[in-house]
Amino acid sequence: MQAEPVITLSKARLVMGQRMILRDVTAVIERGGPTVLLGPNGCGKTSLLKAMMGLVSLTSGTVDRHVGRASFVLQKPVMLRRSVYDNLAFARQTAGLPHSESVMTDLLNDFSLTHLAHAPARRLSGGEQQRLAIARALAREPALLFLDEPTASLDVAQTRLVEDLIARISARGVKIILSTHDLGQAKRIADDVLFLVEGQLAEQAPMASFFHAARSSQARAFLAGELVSIDGEKP
Amino acid sequence: MDATSAFSLILERDPALFAIVGLSLWVSLSATLLAGALGAGLGSAVALTRFPGRQGVVVVLNALMGLPPVVVGLLVYLALSRSGPLGQFGILFTPTAMIIAQTILIVPIIAALTRQVMEDLWGEYADELNAMGVTPWRRMRVLLWDARFSLVTILLAGFGRAAAEVGAVMIVGGNIDGFTRVMTTTIALETSKGNLPLAMGLGVILLTIVVAVNSLAWAVRAWAERHAG
Amino acid sequence: MKLGKALLVSAFLTAVVLPASAQDNFITVASTTSTQDSGLFGHILPLFKARTGIDVKVIAQGTGQALDTARRGDADVVFVHARAAEEKFLAEGFGVKRFDVMYNDFVLIGPKNDPAQLAGGQDVVAALRRLYEKTQPFVSRGDKSGTHQAELDLWKVAGLDPAATKPSWYREIGQGMGAALNTASAMGAYVLADRGTWLGFKNKEALKIVVEGDRRMFNQYGIMLVNPAKHSHVKAQLGQTFVNWIVSQEGQDAIRSYKIMGEQLFFPNATATTL
Repeated sequence: MQAEPVITLSKARLVMGQRMILRDVTAVIERGGPTVLLGPNGCGKTSLLKAMMGLVSLTSGTVDRHVGRASFVLQKPVMLRRSVYDNLAFARQTAGLPHSESVMTDLLNDFSLTHLAHAPARRLSGGEQQRLAIARALAREPALLFLDEPTASLDVAQTRLVEDLIARISARGVKIILSTHDLGQAKRIADDVLFLVEGQLAEQAPMASFFHAARSSQARAFLAGELVSIDGEKP
Repeated sequence: MDATSAFSLILERDPALFAIVGLSLWVSLSATLLAGALGAGLGSAVALTRFPGRQGVVVVLNALMGLPPVVVGLLVYLALSRSGPLGQFGILFTPTAMIIAQTILIVPIIAALTRQVMEDLWGEYADELNAMGVTPWRRMRVLLWDARFSLVTILLAGFGRAAAEVGAVMIVGGNIDGFTRVMTTTIALETSKGNLPLAMGLGVILLTIVVAVNSLAWAVRAWAERHAG
Repeated sequence: MKLGKALLVSAFLTAVVLPASAQDNFITVASTTSTQDSGLFGHILPLFKARTGIDVKVIAQGTGQALDTARRGDADVVFVHARAAEEKFLAEGFGVKRFDVMYNDFVLIGPKNDPAQLAGGQDVVAALRRLYEKTQPFVSRGDKSGTHQAELDLWKVAGLDPAATKPSWYREIGQGMGAALNTASAMGAYVLADRGTWLGFKNKEALKIVVEGDRRMFNQYGIMLVNPAKHSHVKAQLGQTFVNWIVSQEGQDAIRSYKIMGEQLFFPNATATTL
């Protein structure tokens, strides 16, 4: 298959205060199905996503984006104090895109939000807010979509709904990069996996080989349900 | 001093009283609108920018919330007096002078409270708006719009302060009968004439007006929040 | 948003432009709380307006403050009652010419039960000496008003100076006549008041006149046009019209006819009634 890079990371390092958040991460993420950043809590998934989006500046190293517009869905999305419809319209506006009723109608429809179009966004349930957040990201017509732990606070039914949406968005050709600490979710969604331990890229592999033939000792330990740290020992 | 006699006294003075109430509302609402524009702009600017000495500005704004009305009145008086720097305009002892004084009095209140609200809201929105790549100018507009319900409450605080003060309008307005006499200066005057029942009745009316304005704003806010919150 | 801005702009324009252009036929008179609180202006100004069409805006302050307002150029006419201060104002060149207008008198007011037993006396100086000896609470205006000046002069005649020694029974409140009467009423104190304010005062329950009729309690009012040579914007013509009217037969009659409960408050005594 022709390799078509979406993101190139080269020795990406991020230091905040005394802590090293990202340790010289070097990787190429290619076009295709969803890429999942996997790893235990606090491993630097969110920071890496934000660095790729350009929301945090690296201490050293580089990150290059090779595609057009990107959207980012925060782990805890903030609903603007407006209606569902106005949240979508605003997001589209920030991308410099012209207003389009048909786009709005489709988005509301795709995300089962039509009946809530004029409800205040902040009154929505957790699942509805998460759907709106993703819809809002798509209103910007991105080529690349970052999702930070998109189902962290959702129940099973809502999680299934969101995962279905992710699959549909990916099928439309939008490159998705999402973070999760949930092995099962990675398995269900991922095309390939970046496995992070304490800010270090421990392994990058296609989904199947990661789960069935992990090369790194940390990945094998994580898959076995153990706590892991950089040197592979139990902390 | 019973309430009935107070109200019959008030009702006998109808036309003059309506003029006084009208002027009070006109002066204090104008000052609130002007101070709202100035204060919200200033507060937002301080909330959303970083510059050397910013902490000092924040402290000063907060401190000026307690600005004594008589001090404001005196400063405006000295500025607008014929012997003062702005004397040529001849606006001392006019409603304009009163609006200016009350505006100065409440700009710090509105600015300080706006800064707090905007800073909190920015703390909440920063990641989201940055992720959308929002420009600083649009950022300010978004935050002002989304803080609109809090801003209404802030404006009410400003209006309450303006409508209730007597020190500044007395000095710069001169309490001229039929021209610069407002509720609070009338109350002060009637008190000094020993007309305590009338003064009390006027106080009740002033209170009623402030409560009415607040209720109205609260109702609008509640309605709007249900539909847009 | 747009509507708000439009409202704001129009509000500002109205506020700034209207008072300046629409109502130029008025003068500003700096006067005393006694003339205003007693209701005299409410009685005579409509008559003046009917005759001349001129609106009179009265700023009621203590005499000292009223003269200062005029010194700054913020009034066209001063109408006050403190002879010495008025002479000084003239000497400084701030006034054009002073005219006697009217007089009334001061009265010594005390609590109804009159603990110093002054009631019925006619000698105000003796009364003050007695208050001093008995250290009875006394409220002083303490605001450089005409009444305050008169009070200080009376203490001087009595050979006493509580304003300097500040004994605890001598309370300077720094406020107007009405406030002083309210204070005296609340603390059962004695107070010197002008008769006009006293008659117009509504909260008399706990108070009564204890000394009156002493010739040393004579209270003369004067009127002056502020000197246009000092402040060029002074409305000399309109102001002079007012001064002339006040000392004219018509103005003097208007003052004479002002009564509360049948009692005349001010006694016109202008000498130049033929102006």
